[in-house]
Amino acid sequence: MAGKAEDGTNPEVHIWRIAPTRRDLLGFLGWGAVLNAIGLGTLAFVRFMYPRVLFEPPSQFRLGRPGEYAPNSTSEKWIKALRLWIVRYDDRFIAVSAICTHLGCTPRYLGTEDKYKCPCHGSGYRGFASGWRVNGANFEGPAPRPMERFKLSLADNGEIIVDKAIMFRVEKGEADRPGAFLPFA
Amino acid sequence: MAEQKKGWFDVVKSSYVWKSVFRHEYQDTYRNRVLQVSSNVFLHLHPTKIRRHALRLRFTWCMGGITFLLFLILVVTGIILMFYYRPTGEYAYHDMKYLQFDVPFGMIMRNMHRWGAHAMVIAVWLHMFRVFMTGSYKPPREFNWVIGVNLLVMTLMLSFTGYLLPWDQLSIWAVTVGTNMGRATPVLGHEGPFADLVGVNARYDARALLTAGRLISPATLLRFYVLHCIFIPLIAAVLMIVHFWRVRKDGGISGPL
Repeated sequence: MAGKAEDGTNPEVHIWRIAPTRRDLLGFLGWGAVLNAIGLGTLAFVRFMYPRVLFEPPSQFRLGRPGEYAPNSTSEKWIKALRLWIVRYDDRFIAVSAICTHLGCTPRYLGTEDKYKCPCHGSGYRGFASGWRVNGANFEGPAPRPMERFKLSLADNGEIIVDKAIMFRVEKGEADRPGAFLPFA
Repeated sequence: MAEQKKGWFDVVKSSYVWKSVFRHEYQDTYRNRVLQVSSNVFLHLHPTKIRRHALRLRFTWCMGGITFLLFLILVVTGIILMFYYRPTGEYAYHDMKYLQFDVPFGMIMRNMHRWGAHAMVIAVWLHMFRVFMTGSYKPPREFNWVIGVNLLVMTLMLSFTGYLLPWDQLSIWAVTVGTNMGRATPVLGHEGPFADLVGVNARYDARALLTAGRLISPATLLRFYVLHCIFIPLIAAVLMIVHFWRVRKDGGISGPL
């Protein structure tokens, strides 16, 4: 037992607290190595679970040349194959996803009423005449938000390319982002 | 006194090998009864003594015990199914049908696994309900309640991951809907709140970690298979060990109200 100093503190403990002993240093290094190994191993495992290459069906499709679409029209050409509408305005194309934001049915485009209408629960979305920004906005029925838009770009040979893996949400102000529309002079 | 003739069993019992395996005597004494339980690796999970009320079915419903029994049945039938099931997109569905229609006793193994899984979820909920209604979650058993809640989550995760393995339309769409909820995970899901802060997207977020990509694909099937057969059962087994141990350390099954 170490004797106590007059002020009641244990001198040995006092010294130990100021200057780490060799045992403290080795203990710190040892536990540090263990914790580092566990931490880095965990990080490596999380990265391991995200492979660089995914073997999934392609998300990009060629939709033909811009001139194939009639001016100021809503094209239903790809509704069966790709589940989207290509809408051509004076200055741009947009690709509207034909997935109802209520429960995921496929709405229909009603040309005479100029609106998208879901047959399942009656959700309605604005049509062509509302302009490119409002096109696809929900206005009746249970749908909680506008239909989404796919990324559009041009291929080297002038064909339109749609990427269904990249979507834009109009209600979040993403309609103006590059790729959310294809400029067309 | 005439020396009693030794039977062959007495010879075996007095042998060095027998005594090295069984450390206690065989006479029916209180001490040996206790030793038979406490020195047996399979029985020592049980307490050597229990209170009389703990045996009353009306008090415990035996739902914890039934849950554990169902878990053991699921482990055994699950391992048997693994002899035929291949978790790949090409084979999974056909192996399931093969087990059902051709493999001898395949149908009963698959159905025991399927119905046992349903029964285990029900038994877990009833066990939780009983524990709640008898106030057995109160101190000193509050930590065991927490472990029990984690075991409930593990049971549901086993149910969810196992649901994909038949690889038919029902399982694919059920898991599609289930994992879509992961999109809304705060911070870690690409459609959840604060997703922009950490820059997660559909390719790299909590849901993609679970489904190995953007879609439910053969990669998802393999991932769910590993989670279902190795990862979650291991965690559940460890939690069960702690759960049973804590029942005894916290004073046994709680007393009547």
